[in-house]
Amino acid sequence: MKLKSTLVLAILSYGVIHGAVGWTITGAGSTFIEPVMQRWALHFKQATGNHVNYQGIGSGGGILQATKRTVDYGASDAPLTPAELKERSLIQWPDAIGGVVMGYNIPGIGNYQLHLTGKQICDIYMGKIKYWDSPEIKATNPKLNLPHIAITPVHRADGSGTTWIFTNYLTKVCPEWAHKIGFNTAVSWPVGIGGKGSEGVTNYIMRVRGAIGYVEYAYFKQNHFDAAVLENAAGWWVAPTMQTMIAAAKQANWQEAIKNDFYMELPNPPGKYSYPIEGPTFILLPKGKATNSEVLQFYTWIFNKGDADLRALDYITLPGFVKQDIMKTWKQNGLSW
Amino acid sequence: MIELKDSRLQTPAIPMKRDGKIGNTIFKFLAFTAAILIPLLVLMIFVVLFIESYPAMKVFGFWHFITDKSWNAVNNHFGAFTPLFGSLYTTFWALIFATPISIGVAIYITELAPHWLKPIVTTAIELLAAIPTVTYGMWGLFILAPVMQNHIEPWILNHLATVPFVGFLFNGPGIGIDTLTTATILSIMITPFMSSLMKDAFNLVPAVVKESAYGLGATRWEVIRKVVMPYVSSGIFGSGIFAVGRALGETMAVSFVNGNNHNPGNFFDMLSLLNSVTTITVTLADEFTEAMTHLYLSSLFYLAFILLSISFGTLALAKLFVWRLEKRWRT
Repeated sequence: MKLKSTLVLAILSYGVIHGAVGWTITGAGSTFIEPVMQRWALHFKQATGNHVNYQGIGSGGGILQATKRTVDYGASDAPLTPAELKERSLIQWPDAIGGVVMGYNIPGIGNYQLHLTGKQICDIYMGKIKYWDSPEIKATNPKLNLPHIAITPVHRADGSGTTWIFTNYLTKVCPEWAHKIGFNTAVSWPVGIGGKGSEGVTNYIMRVRGAIGYVEYAYFKQNHFDAAVLENAAGWWVAPTMQTMIAAAKQANWQEAIKNDFYMELPNPPGKYSYPIEGPTFILLPKGKATNSEVLQFYTWIFNKGDADLRALDYITLPGFVKQDIMKTWKQNGLSW
Repeated sequence: MIELKDSRLQTPAIPMKRDGKIGNTIFKFLAFTAAILIPLLVLMIFVVLFIESYPAMKVFGFWHFITDKSWNAVNNHFGAFTPLFGSLYTTFWALIFATPISIGVAIYITELAPHWLKPIVTTAIELLAAIPTVTYGMWGLFILAPVMQNHIEPWILNHLATVPFVGFLFNGPGIGIDTLTTATILSIMITPFMSSLMKDAFNLVPAVVKESAYGLGATRWEVIRKVVMPYVSSGIFGSGIFAVGRALGETMAVSFVNGNNHNPGNFFDMLSLLNSVTTITVTLADEFTEAMTHLYLSSLFYLAFILLSISFGTLALAKLFVWRLEKRWRT
C-alpha cells in the first residue's frame, strides 16, 4: 500500500517536472526576438504550466518552417507581403518593435554628439562620403572637431531583419539608394565591411577606428559605443531613446497596415519626436494547424502581460490599440482560442 | 626492396582449426561495410550538393556563375566570383607566409636542434594545431587587427603603396580587417600541419646519404641545401597542397577578420592585401540561415559544391605527389 502511494506520487511528480501537465508548442525563426521569446516562454510557463519551445534559427528558417508546417509558429523580422502570405497560407502579425541605432567610432567624438541626416548616411553607405572631416559631415556638425579619418561603413554580413529596416529607411530618404540598391534582409552593399550578427557589427564598430554601423537598440544599450543623433522626417534632431522610438511607433499607419495583413514599412515616420529607423518583428501562424488556438492563447497572454519583459530587454512595445486590432484580425480569420 | 628468399623468414605452415568460418565471414562483412561507408558518404554529399544546387546551375550556368561578380539578394542574382576569388587568394597568401616558416621549422627540428629541444619545439607547434579556430578568430579581431590598423598597415600604406608595379597590392583602406590579417592568421593555423608533414619528409632522407656528404667535407648548410632539399622538394609541395585544403575550408577564424565584403571593387582592389574580401565558407556560414528564396539557397549550395570540388581536387593532387615521392624513394 505504501509502495503503491509512493509510486503514484513519483509518477505524478515526474509528470509535473517533465511537463506532462499542460501543452507544448514549438516556434522557430528570428534571432532578434529570441531573448524576449525565451523570457516570455519562462513566465508563461510559470503562469499557466504550458510550454513554449522557441528556436532562433533565423528569419529565413522561420518562414520556411512555418510554411512547411513543421513548427506551430514562425517569427520573421521582415514582413511578408499579402500575396506571399496567401501563397504560403500564413497569418501574420507584429509582436514587438526594434529600433536601429547608428553607432560610430570617431576619436574625440562622444555619444549623441554626431548629427547625421538620412542623405548623409546614404552617401556614406554609397561610398560617396569617404572621410569624417568632409564638408558634407561638417555641415551638420559645425562645432565638432572631426578628425581626418577614413569612414568604414559596417553592415550585417548575414541576412537580417535589422538590415531590412535599415535599407528600407535608406530607400525612403534617398532616391538613389532606392534606385540602385533597394531593400531586403541582405543587399548588395556598394562599400564597407560585414560583421556576422549584431555582436559582429558591434565588435567592428568598437575595434575599427572610423567605423560606422547600424545595430539594434538593445545592443547599443548593453555595449558602450557612441550613437548618432538623426534628423527625422519632420526635420527635427532626435536621439535614439525609448521615448523617441515609442513616439515613432505611434505614428505608424496601423490602419493601413491592418488592411495589408500587417505588411508595413515603418521607417521614417512623421512626427516631431519620432526616431526615424525602426520596424516591427513579426509572427507567422500556419493557417489550419491543430495548434493554432494554443499559439493564440500564448499571444493573448503576451499582449496582456508581456510588455514588462519587452521593456526589461530594451525592445519597444506595441501601442495598446494595435494589440486590440491584432486580436480582431484573429477573429476575422475565423480563429478561436 | 629486398626480397625474402631466406626460408627461415617465411611463415611456417601451422595446421589451424577452421571453426571460425562464420565469425570470419561476419567480421569480413562488417569491416567491408565500414570501409565502403566513407566513400559512399563522400559520394552522397556530392550528389546531394549537386541536386540542391541544380536550380542555380540551370539559371546561372557554370562559367557565368564563377565569373559573375554580383551577389545580390534583392534582385535574386548570384555570382560566385568574389567569394571564390577570396577563398583562393587568401589561401594563396597564407601559403606564401607559411611555407618558409614551415620549412625553417622542419629543418631546425630534423637537422639543427639539440636532442633535448626537439620534443619541446615539436609539441609547441603541435599545440598550435589544437587551438580551436574560433579562438584564432577572436585573437585576430581583438589583438591582431588593431595592431595591423594602428602600426603595420599605416607603414605599408606610407612606404609600399607607391612602389611601381606592385603598389596596387598595398593600396586600400588599411583598417586591419582585410586579406593581410586573414592570411596572417590562416598561415599561423596551417603552419603546424605543413611543418609536421615536412618534418616527416625530412626524416625520410636516408642518413647514409647525409653522412656521406658530411664525410666528403660538406658543411651543414651545404648538406641541407644540396642533399636534403632536392630529396624533400616534392614533400614540401605535397604538404603545401594539404595545407591548401585546410585553409580553403577554414571559416570561423576568417569570418572574424576578412570583412565579409561581397563588393571589394575592381580587380586591382581585390588584389590589394589591405582590402576586405569574403570567402566561400564565410558566405555560407553567414547567409544560410536567412536565405529567403529558393534560388538564393540553391546558389549557396552551388558555392558549397564548387568548394568541395576544389578541396577534393587539391587533396587528390596532394595524394598524387606523395605517391610519386614514395615511388621515387623505393627505386
